[in-house]
Amino acid sequence: MKSEILLGDEAVGLGAIHAGLYKAYSYPGTPASEIMEYLIKASQKRKNFHASWCVNEKVAYEEALGVSFAGRRSLVSMKHVGLNVAADPFMNSAVTGTNGGLVVAVADDPSMHSSQNEQDSRYYAHFAQVFCFEPSNPQEAYEMTRKAFDISEKTNVPVMVRLVTRLSHSRSRVQPYPSQKPDSIQYGKWEDWTLLPVNARRRFKILVEKQPNLVELSNRSEFNSLTLNKKNSQLGIITSGIAYNYVLENYLQNNAIPSLLKIGAYPLPANLIQDLVRQVETLLIVEEGYPFIEKNLRGQFGISGKKIKGKLSGDLPLTGELSPDLVRKALEMPPYSTHFLEDSPLASRPPKLCQGCPHADTFHALNEVLRSRSGANVFSDIGCYTLGALPPYNAVHTCVCMGASVSMAKGGADAGVDPSIAVIGDSTFAHSGITPLLDAARVKANMTVIILDNEVVAMTGGQPTFASGEELDRIARGVGVEEKHIRVITPLPKNKEKNIRVMKEEIDYKGLSVIIASRECVQEARKRKKKRG
Amino acid sequence: MKQDVILAGVGGQGILSIAFVIDNAALKESLNFKQAEVHGMAQRGGAVQSHLRLSDSSIYSDLIPKGKADMILSVEPLETLRYLEYLAPEGLIITSQSPYENIPDYPDRDKVINQVRKVNEARLIDSLKLARKAGSAKTQNMVMLGAASRHLIIKEKNLLRFIQVLFESRGRSLVDMNIQAFYLGQEAVKT
Ligand SMILES: Cc1ncc(C[n+]2csc(CCOP(=O)(O)OP(=O)(O)O)c2C)c(N)n1
Ligand code: SF4
Repeated sequence: MKSEILLGDEAVGLGAIHAGLYKAYSYPGTPASEIMEYLIKASQKRKNFHASWCVNEKVAYEEALGVSFAGRRSLVSMKHVGLNVAADPFMNSAVTGTNGGLVVAVADDPSMHSSQNEQDSRYYAHFAQVFCFEPSNPQEAYEMTRKAFDISEKTNVPVMVRLVTRLSHSRSRVQPYPSQKPDSIQYGKWEDWTLLPVNARRRFKILVEKQPNLVELSNRSEFNSLTLNKKNSQLGIITSGIAYNYVLENYLQNNAIPSLLKIGAYPLPANLIQDLVRQVETLLIVEEGYPFIEKNLRGQFGISGKKIKGKLSGDLPLTGELSPDLVRKALEMPPYSTHFLEDSPLASRPPKLCQGCPHADTFHALNEVLRSRSGANVFSDIGCYTLGALPPYNAVHTCVCMGASVSMAKGGADAGVDPSIAVIGDSTFAHSGITPLLDAARVKANMTVIILDNEVVAMTGGQPTFASGEELDRIARGVGVEEKHIRVITPLPKNKEKNIRVMKEEIDYKGLSVIIASRECVQEARKRKKKRG
Repeated sequence: MKQDVILAGVGGQGILSIAFVIDNAALKESLNFKQAEVHGMAQRGGAVQSHLRLSDSSIYSDLIPKGKADMILSVEPLETLRYLEYLAPEGLIITSQSPYENIPDYPDRDKVINQVRKVNEARLIDSLKLARKAGSAKTQNMVMLGAASRHLIIKEKNLLRFIQVLFESRGRSLVDMNIQAFYLGQEAVKT
């Protein structure tokens, strides 16, 4: 087969297709979005599988689980914080077990290039007691994803493929191999899939009893490899995923690589670790993310007679992503000589709202209204509009997790914040803003929700949104917001005075209002024009 | 044989298009390559950079170690300075001298240019002027690729071939414009 140039994300997509994928689901989120983007494009050409965006990660996961129940192979992909949203079905699907192979591809974001935290998804795999792969390059991402489906069917648990930003967005050559066809339908047994206590207790016991088997699979996995250097009994290195590349980079011109255990499959391969530990005095653990391997190895008391170096010992930083340079330092090698900037620090060039962005007009009007209202708080959410927290807008005051603007505004109103305002994008509203609005509508909470409807999921690259325009109006009415307090504005400079008036009226109203600010994202409008030619 | 290049610029300048052309040309020549890029937030006028590594043997790290880049190829002079610490002592800079001033605290232009010039092997290109000459300011990225072309370990004909592939779907005239931009950049380095 012809080799292809693929991002780590895309290699996961191709691996899934070649493993006989039947259906894939996802909700956008950097750095995982390109998995689904690749699958959607490919599905338009191949037609023997389907791929679609979902309204949020929990829904995506559950849809994938439904496919698995029906005996077919499914993939669900998301960014790391998406797994928090999907954590409930994820944890429970380990207990029900899977039928058709179920693979969950999760992309972590160490250094928080575009995220709120740097949580390490390996902890989730460990927590749910399922198998997990961690590729170090696009080729492995392809191979491991294929293998993940087999392991899922062999062990009847979902299997995680854990990526990190640097791999998700690293491009290189991938050599594929012949693909297999999707399976036909074959239903799961209801007594395994109905987690009444009587069934759940039995199923959970089965999951726990599987664990030694998973460790054995990991010991024997071709993706865990131990290479011993009998001449060096001093240092041994344990490394995983992308961090492996940084270690090897530093031994390029040097044949004397210390004993090295490369981990690409979890649970931790206990036998291989023991073989290495026996051989050396000092262990250096190099891993991207939290010190997961290091903590497991060290336990509460360490290993007697051995020195363990890594993030917990301070040899590598506990926050931010690794680099070949940081690993070089931990290996006690001198840095390379280089050029230095004389006039540092350099002016930074942060991302900002595009020229002509509809969100900017909404913020200008809102700021104008709030200038005369002390005690106001604007609870915000996640999307392009979060950039409204920065100058020149300084318009919003919180950003925690998707949907939190509406619920926090309700909490704020309960606590006496007045005016209490939520701003939330259309996609984020569909993702997890509707349920808290229902909650607020039940008690007519004294708050104003501004839905920033730019007709697209802009922040993550322009994926389709699930509710826009008229639909948002109907949803607001449906959950019980009074019709006369649902207002629609068009955020444009020429409408500023009109929009200020509407905002004033609704913010002054002592009850629940929804303002839908509708205008298309300018980037999206541009893309649409380009396509039309 | 290996070559490590930092590609730099501002979101919207087409840094990833340069990478696309080089990646595909490298595959064509059976060279190994790795190219790490930034997606997401950085799309909106923020700094964009890509680590591009070419070699006829194995490549490990996706990121170029500091002090190991053979070249900084940049479509914006301030962005060139941002990655100076990646450049090898004898490394080469090929940069646009046309500033993209979308921040309030953009430093004095002459200061920026002078700092770039302090690096022995620096070639400054008036990419904006040449791109306009080719037909559109948007072709600055291809001007810069042209300027770098004689210094890359990739054959010119393969670069041109994938410029063609990149723009083909959007019409003959866009292909021609970008190829002209490439040649204008190439000539500018000679003189
Ligand atoms: C649980 C979770 N999933 C996904 C993301 C990634 N993400 C950040 S903002 C966003 C959506 C933004 O869309 P929208 O609310 O419509 O605002 P816009 O960017 O269009 O202004 C997404 C998917 C996230 N931060 N958290
Ligand atoms: S991408 Fe769209 S929504 Fe985001 S800042 Fe630009 S115009 Fe605004």
